[in-house]
Amino acid sequence: MNRSESRSVPGKQYRLVTCTINGKAVETMVDVRASLTDMLRNDYRLTSVKKGCEVGECGACNVMIDGECYNSCIYLAVWADGRDIRTLEGLMGPDGELSDIQQAFIDEAAVQCGFCTPGFIMSAVEILESGREYTREELKKQLSGHLCRCTGYENILNAVEKTMKKRLSST
Amino acid sequence: MEQRKRAVGTSVNRVDAYDKVTGRARYTDDLCGREAYAARIIHSTVANGRVLSVDTEEAKKLPGVVRVITCFDVPKNYYPTAGHPWSTDEAHQDVSDRLMLTDRVRFYGDDVAAVVAEDEVTAARAARLVKVTYEEYPFVLDVEDAMKDGAPQLHDAYPGNVLNHTGIRSGNYEEAIKEPGLIRIEGWYDTPSVQHCHIENFVCYAYEADHKINVTASTQIPHIVRRVVGQALGIPWGKVRVIKPYIGGGFGNKQDVLYEPLCAYLSMQCGGHLVKLDISREEAFNCTRVRHAIRSHIVSWVRPDGTYAARKLTAYSNQGAYASHGHGVVAKGMGAFPQLYPCPHVEADCYTVFTNRPVAGAMRGYGIPQAMFAVESHTDDVARAVGMSPIEFRRKNVMPQGYVDVFSKNENYYDTFNECMDKASAYMDYERKVREYAVQTGNIRRGIGLAVFWYNTAVWPISLETSSCRMVLNQDGSVQVQVGETEIGQGADTAFSQMAADALGIPFENVHIISSQDTDVTPFGTGAYASRQTYTAGFSIEQTAGLLKKRILAYAQELTRMPVSQLDLQEGVIVRKSDGRPMLLLGELATEALYSLSHSEHLTAESTYQIKSNAYSFGCTMAEVEVDIEACKVRLIDIVNVHDCGRLINPALAKAQVHGGMSMGIGYALSEMEKFDAVTGRTLNGNLLDYKLSTAMDHPHLEGQFVENYEPTSAFGTKALGEPPVCSVAPAIRNAVLQATGIGISQIPLSPHVLFEEFKKGGLLDV
Amino acid sequence: MYDLKALYEAESVSHAIRLLEEHPDAKVIAGGSDILIKIREGKLKEPELVSIYGLDELRGVMLEEDGTLRIGSLTSFSHVTKNPLIQRHMHVLGEAVDKVGGPQIRNIGTIGGNTCNGVTSADSASTLFAYDALVELAGPDGVRVVPIQDFYLKAGCVDLRHGEIETAVLIPKASYEGYAGHYIKYAMRNAMDIATLGCSVNVKLSEDKECLEDVRIAFGVAGPVPLRCPAAERAAKGKKAEDETYRQFAAEVLKDIRPRESWRASKAFREHISQVLARRAMEEAVNRAGGEKR
Repeated sequence: MNRSESRSVPGKQYRLVTCTINGKAVETMVDVRASLTDMLRNDYRLTSVKKGCEVGECGACNVMIDGECYNSCIYLAVWADGRDIRTLEGLMGPDGELSDIQQAFIDEAAVQCGFCTPGFIMSAVEILESGREYTREELKKQLSGHLCRCTGYENILNAVEKTMKKRLSST
Repeated sequence: MEQRKRAVGTSVNRVDAYDKVTGRARYTDDLCGREAYAARIIHSTVANGRVLSVDTEEAKKLPGVVRVITCFDVPKNYYPTAGHPWSTDEAHQDVSDRLMLTDRVRFYGDDVAAVVAEDEVTAARAARLVKVTYEEYPFVLDVEDAMKDGAPQLHDAYPGNVLNHTGIRSGNYEEAIKEPGLIRIEGWYDTPSVQHCHIENFVCYAYEADHKINVTASTQIPHIVRRVVGQALGIPWGKVRVIKPYIGGGFGNKQDVLYEPLCAYLSMQCGGHLVKLDISREEAFNCTRVRHAIRSHIVSWVRPDGTYAARKLTAYSNQGAYASHGHGVVAKGMGAFPQLYPCPHVEADCYTVFTNRPVAGAMRGYGIPQAMFAVESHTDDVARAVGMSPIEFRRKNVMPQGYVDVFSKNENYYDTFNECMDKASAYMDYERKVREYAVQTGNIRRGIGLAVFWYNTAVWPISLETSSCRMVLNQDGSVQVQVGETEIGQGADTAFSQMAADALGIPFENVHIISSQDTDVTPFGTGAYASRQTYTAGFSIEQTAGLLKKRILAYAQELTRMPVSQLDLQEGVIVRKSDGRPMLLLGELATEALYSLSHSEHLTAESTYQIKSNAYSFGCTMAEVEVDIEACKVRLIDIVNVHDCGRLINPALAKAQVHGGMSMGIGYALSEMEKFDAVTGRTLNGNLLDYKLSTAMDHPHLEGQFVENYEPTSAFGTKALGEPPVCSVAPAIRNAVLQATGIGISQIPLSPHVLFEEFKKGGLLDV
Repeated sequence: MYDLKALYEAESVSHAIRLLEEHPDAKVIAGGSDILIKIREGKLKEPELVSIYGLDELRGVMLEEDGTLRIGSLTSFSHVTKNPLIQRHMHVLGEAVDKVGGPQIRNIGTIGGNTCNGVTSADSASTLFAYDALVELAGPDGVRVVPIQDFYLKAGCVDLRHGEIETAVLIPKASYEGYAGHYIKYAMRNAMDIATLGCSVNVKLSEDKECLEDVRIAFGVAGPVPLRCPAAERAAKGKKAEDETYRQFAAEVLKDIRPRESWRASKAFREHISQVLARRAMEEAVNRAGGEKR
């Protein structure tokens, strides 16, 4: 929807949101009532951002904003203005190659229904990019903002732990 | 030929993993067009009563509102919701007691009216403007209260609120208990209402096109949904098309028809416009399905030598407001009772009782987690009473090798229980810990507990078991495979691909499984339930592959001038059997077959296999806990599940499946429970904050192990694994707490609130 | 999509105050982890919101000249925990807010929001109570500073006048210097939970580490608002740091706590756990202050 149209709608309020999404500078008019989940899914068709509870309890909508993870369902889209946002779609390389953490989720059988997977992987990215070595217990805490009903978290933890160790040993 | 590469038995990566780690996998909401109208349901705010009027005037005036539909508008076509195969015998059909919207409300959250609006905010506002007036009736939440004289009645057809009562009589219980010297052990065991908590809520959308109503839904059972939408709308079933894309978990909740009929109806009331019905987490808790809360009473008569003389079970299952899966759930649990510890004199009765609670339906384990909590808690109580160790007592009494159930004809072909317990004991160092924790004092105490479980695969002979498969050969020698059995996260598509590859003789990578079911296209199948799919689809995959192979080899004969009997398909190559010489690539054959000017043929096969067998699937859990008595907390330190699910099709995925079931079992044991307001009947904790399902921080390492005994009745030697992992976890944890504290708790979850009361009663807390 | 009537984004503290004056029905939204959920649940219907989330001047922790620890109201929980000043001077607060929800919630939730929503279960609150924190408020009539105990009026209600926003939480030097504390969150699971009970204890030991020179204890969810337990503090103050003192201290908390009976937990349960937590938090606080475990 373009700017002039949007402002003519009576009783509705729109705002231009300019931000970087997965490395690309973008802008769009956003209904101020929209959550960041709404904007990413509807305006940018980034459907890895899942709706699980819409009240910040499950982590399925988790994305990175300026390097930190947020549940995009309880983040107003207008707040994204000027920020750097990353979603699962941004992890793949230019030639479709998977990142190490995506590959690890496959190799460790950490994926089942797949609905929590994008959120988990984005939290894993924050963990991995910290460059820190976490214990298993610390990893559990770092991933505790995500609910998963399929895996019991076991293989997800394995995937993150193994990728973390691999990265740390290669640097 | 001996070195032939096999896909079955190897831990190949999931066929859908790539799409799921890249965000490409499309779920229902991802596929819905943006032009969709939003629907919102108005739920009852009384737990029992009648709708007197629905004032829709204000709602209709709101700009952007398209339609407001009330309980007085919908057709009075009562329909069943259980995801069971239909029966052409009326006596075996599921109870038809639902309407899309109802004026006779039976639980807080029942569906009274619906609004359709141009966007979700307008729909929400309109829903708030719909004013419903009720005539309120007294309500009842507890099964025993519901069975009392004068209790509020839910369904005219079921006076006394009893949906069904069945029983088992074998031997002569009353005579048997007269044997002198018997020890009588009695216990009551309570399990709570819990919820599936699949991370993707139920969602569906519907529109009319091609002279059909098209419904895309997050469901485990697309073909059943098609039938029920037809029944609810009163339209021919062929006019309904149901599509099941990837779904974000189901665990049995989506083995019920939920709001698909209503969504289809709303679309039809909007001229066939696309309508999306996306329910909230709160609605998932209140208005979809829960696990039956079951209260069990067990009396055992035991000889001093630790053998059973007679046993009796009475179980009361809380059905909630509508029949859904109904009596089948508690009946399955009752069926396990005489089999797990065979005893000549058994009486059992089970009752399924309506109450004004959210509707109970299928949930992973289907009555067995409840039954195992009762039976396996009781088993430890009995072992204690006769002074035997829990493992010794079980070894003495548990179903022996060679046991055959007369009804299902299931046979325990191996010494499975002992093999599983041996493996668990070795992992846990069980015997040492039993001794070490035998005598403890102080505030922090440890304990180790054991429970076994009984499960059987699929639903034969209670119900139809059928599987259909289609295979289509592509030009490159790869094959499209379709089955009616559904991928719901468990990895079914991967297992099917592995089986298809081996059955046909092509490389695993050349199998293209079509994950999504579309009832217009996909062969008939009843869907994901009863941990049946690997077992049942195995038969149709093997049979269909055989048919396709036959056609391929017949065509190969034309090209190679070798007799069919001399030909085989191995790893995608037509080979001559006598010397193993490669004759032709399957891709070459397929291309020639399609484009040949002399003999063009599309090589495909399709077949149905009716399965008239069933297989036991057994195993056990051992759990080690640390109890902080004064803090009223149980910490699970270590846990292992050992399963005999026959041959493993994919060991890595099998183990992952076990982890998930163990996790669900841990929540069941320690923290999960739906709570209801005694004043209004409302669900108090219908959200993921107040309903305590485990986070990553609430688990120890989950150890899953297997005993691989080839199942002789199965096409690929495999049997149930989807549901079994949840079945024995809770009683094992309960028994570990018993060993640690001497307190045998008769209810789950073992929440701090329960422990507080129990520890006070048991004299452990000086309060 | 949230059912909002309107959203006004403040560009400065004074702008926020002006917006609130212009829109008398508007509510302040900071990180939103509380208010957005209320809207989603329909508990807050079609509200007007003034967003202060963009006010970066309200973020961060600093030490003022007089040694007062100043925590900007929009500082997220995770930034409180990671902050070196917090780690040095008030480690327990960093630990307490590290128990809120899960990592993503700790990135969005703010200390200001946690105090302004007035709930008794706030993980920051008992520690702030136990440290005699002050709340700084800016409004049309200027800035005022209120002791946190006076700020909480009743369940869900704080002394925030219309047009005011919370700008900082202040901890005077005398409140934290020489103290060590411990917070225990008692909940039904180890993450993503609200406290069934929260207990924060801090102590200042005598030079020889033998005596409890000062003791402060505060609870969350032991009453409609977070509360201190003066009787217990009196019972322990000046006493030897030993088991007998801890036992008396724990028993005395019952004189001041007022837990309620609810579906989440019974009164008797909360009373029992309060004593367990008081003793355990005290033991650990003494331990951290350099006292010996005995």
